[in-house]
Amino acid sequence: MNTAVLTREQREAKLEGMGCKRKRVEDIRFTQGKGNYVDDLKLPGMLFGDFVRSQYAHARVKRIDTSKALKVSGVLAVLTAEELKGVNLAWMPTLAGDVQMVLADGKVLYQNQEIAFVVGEDRYAAADGVEAVEVEYEELPVIVDPFKSMAPGAPVLREDIKDKLTGAHGSRKHYNHIFEWSVGDKAGTDAAFQNAEVAIKELISYHRTHPSPLETCQCVASFDKIKGELTVWGTFQAPHIVRTVASLLSKVPEHKIHVISPDIGGGFGNKVGAYPGYICAIVASIVTGKPVKWVEDRIENLTSTSFARDYHMTTEIAATKSGKVTGLRVHVLADHGGFDACADPSKFPAGFFAIVTGSYDFPVAHAVVDGVYTNKAPGGVAYRCSLRVTEAAYAIERGMDILAHKLGMDPAELRLKNFIKREQFPYKSALGWEYDSGDYHTALQKAMEAVGYQQLRAEQAAKREAFKRGETREIMGIGVSFFTEIVGAGPSKNCDILGVAMFDSCEIRVHPTGSVISRMGTKSQGQGHETTYAQIIASEIGIPADDIKVEEGNTDSAPYGIGTFGSRSTPVAGAAIAMAARKIRNKAQMIAAYLLEVHEGDLEWDVDGFRVKGLPEKFKSMKEIAWAAYHGTPPGMEPGLEAVSYYDPPNMTYPFGAYICVMDIDVDTGVYKVRRFYALDDCGTRINPMIIEGQVHGGLTEAFAIAMGQEIRYDEIGNVMGGSFMDFFLPTAVETPKWETDFTVTPSPHHPIGAKGVGESPNVGGVPAFSNAVNDAFSFLGATHIQMPHDHWRIWAAAKQLGLHA
Amino acid sequence: MAKSHVKMNINGRDVESLVEPRTLLIHFLREQLDLTGAHIGCDTTHCGACTIDLNGKSVKSCTMFAVQAEGAKITTIEGMANADGSLHALQEGFRMMHGLQCGYCTPGMIMRAHRLLQENPNPSDEEIRFGISGNLCRCTGYQNIVKAIQYAAAKLSGAAHVEAAQ
Repeated sequence: MNTAVLTREQREAKLEGMGCKRKRVEDIRFTQGKGNYVDDLKLPGMLFGDFVRSQYAHARVKRIDTSKALKVSGVLAVLTAEELKGVNLAWMPTLAGDVQMVLADGKVLYQNQEIAFVVGEDRYAAADGVEAVEVEYEELPVIVDPFKSMAPGAPVLREDIKDKLTGAHGSRKHYNHIFEWSVGDKAGTDAAFQNAEVAIKELISYHRTHPSPLETCQCVASFDKIKGELTVWGTFQAPHIVRTVASLLSKVPEHKIHVISPDIGGGFGNKVGAYPGYICAIVASIVTGKPVKWVEDRIENLTSTSFARDYHMTTEIAATKSGKVTGLRVHVLADHGGFDACADPSKFPAGFFAIVTGSYDFPVAHAVVDGVYTNKAPGGVAYRCSLRVTEAAYAIERGMDILAHKLGMDPAELRLKNFIKREQFPYKSALGWEYDSGDYHTALQKAMEAVGYQQLRAEQAAKREAFKRGETREIMGIGVSFFTEIVGAGPSKNCDILGVAMFDSCEIRVHPTGSVISRMGTKSQGQGHETTYAQIIASEIGIPADDIKVEEGNTDSAPYGIGTFGSRSTPVAGAAIAMAARKIRNKAQMIAAYLLEVHEGDLEWDVDGFRVKGLPEKFKSMKEIAWAAYHGTPPGMEPGLEAVSYYDPPNMTYPFGAYICVMDIDVDTGVYKVRRFYALDDCGTRINPMIIEGQVHGGLTEAFAIAMGQEIRYDEIGNVMGGSFMDFFLPTAVETPKWETDFTVTPSPHHPIGAKGVGESPNVGGVPAFSNAVNDAFSFLGATHIQMPHDHWRIWAAAKQLGLHA
Repeated sequence: MAKSHVKMNINGRDVESLVEPRTLLIHFLREQLDLTGAHIGCDTTHCGACTIDLNGKSVKSCTMFAVQAEGAKITTIEGMANADGSLHALQEGFRMMHGLQCGYCTPGMIMRAHRLLQENPNPSDEEIRFGISGNLCRCTGYQNIVKAIQYAAAKLSGAAHVEAAQ
């Protein structure tokens, strides 16, 4: 390469490396309808499986008659628990250390639980077969309210473990109790509350909802009896874990299982778990000898795979009269549904809920989480958040607003007064996490200036007076939220899934002509890894991103990794990418020194190659070095230019942000309007600002949905009330507010490129911003805490309860 | 089940086939014709991932039987790129303005936007938001989709202007 004609800036621009708003590689196929999603797959002889599901939330299954279904044209087989027992798969282990029925074994524990799997020649035949299966039930009393799960004499939900006094996470207090998990200093916290000048206590509920990606969960399983090999294409956010679990369950050796995650139509946590559909498709393929496809419909998705949240958090904050926080105490009642299938690291049954001290310098804190069974679907996935972090952020951010209200302080002022200061990082929180870096004061002050915070408060004060005078029926809310996330699970010292440490990986191969293929253990579901990962490599080894192919999701070719969820791709795999690239660069430096006949130490890296210090004309580009790596390496050096890195992060990363929402509410109709939403994110080093902004837009839209209406609600006998897009709120372009984004940059000190991850921040920070806006609007009328979700009807009901409807 | 004969024109090509009367148009397109660009997201006509253009209207193909499309002229996402293989202005706009992430809603969204721009070549942002409100996106928050459609509107009206001038 003739570097003389290009400036340094031009050479850097050519790479399209980190910091560049590179257009996405993926879009070429997606905009032409040429994505490759699971349901697009068509294999010769492929069959289709569909479920018979329970009508009842709790019932004994007295009889399943499949005889009529087996006579339906095109139906080939029907699996029930009896058939699965033959292969020891009627039950499966969950990620949370519990077991879960694959197909109903004697009883059902939630509406739409899987009872039988009908295999037909196509999806229509399978659906005909489902209609023809007869199930006889005996209804049992139902528990929907988690606060009634541990009542004396409550119905026994899990007969299989009713006499077990201990579960996967210690002792159980009741037959419907799963675990009690606690963290922090109980005695010290109790003392802080005894001595508190001011304290607040509020039950802050985060309702049950669902990640609901536009593509549902689905798979195709194909078992080759001759080779004894199983191939599973699926919507898997964590394909390598799926392979390991499939091997442990099926006893097929791991090297004979091929798991492939093709393009995935959104995940948001929904596609982390293992579901009965996957097991049944695999068994059906083994039984029939043919490939079997299983595709959830939307109702099945919303009602049976992976709810999120359902945390009921009694939150207490102790403080001085001047507004300095002195203690935090939280008790959570966690509704886990019929089986404990939460997708958390194995030692963390409440995920990273210990981040509940948030961005504030609490001297002492104590948190307890009780998990209970109810007659609802299992799951408990992190819906676009690190594990249980959004629940924690909601508790503390609502709590701080409630405290500010009680103290008569401005919510932003209370936050500024209690923030962890920049010079306190790395900061050890009262609940044990070591926050890596932050500059909270700068971020919130920048946000307040951007929106004109003081003017907004003045406007609000004037509007409140006008409301009191009866001149308007509109009230104004200003929702402030300042979140600290904990992402990038995680260090092997505390994070594993089923005993596998939560590292991630990258392999890079530089070809002789200087182009690259690279593979990672993660799996994009829309985050744009093919684009951004190449940017990291481009910056690290000086090869243009366009010459770098990124491939994920094939367990045969990619190095083992834990997958993409909990904003872990950039913190963990992103670090592995940088480390693998640096191995390449180190070897390249040795080759360059040989080619230039100097000592390695005489060379310096310069954008896209090595230069002899002080002799600018003596330069070898990476393209030249790559060629040399395959035909003339230095004596004693192996040929080739490849590297693999498995990165075990030393710590989690802690992105943060300041969000401000301005909302106007009509108290007579409950109709609200989001006038303004400003989001400042600090995710450390920014790899692709265009993609970061897109992630923030999407996460805020999900937060808006959750806070303002999206809910999986059950009636008193366990019927799901939000089981289709008719009832489950997904905002359209009309309802969705317009987003303003901003940023500060505080790099992570322990991450090779300083990046922290961003995809989930807007969901974590967005929900409290909306909820605080609604609550702030009503606070001058006597409201302390109005529960989410804040749909029009509930806002109207809150106004009514406050006596505003004469 | 007895099958019915259907004939339609899809992306400029005449197609004839036998289908069960109950076969949904989306399944006919995806599974019999291998046109897998249109997707299924909800089964209840809410999400619009299956949107195609049928006789000059946006249609959610999960809510129509293949036999109902007898004689129809259909355009799917696979028929949108220009004859020389270059991207249609909408496809280009979605890429340039980062109007997609997972890509699952994108074909339906582009097909809807295509019809919208036929009906209203210079829409306001609010008209775009209303015009695509039958199509759900879980990733983008719509803001960049609006920009993508504006990008295409500008490019297409510019092209029309150039043609008129010639």
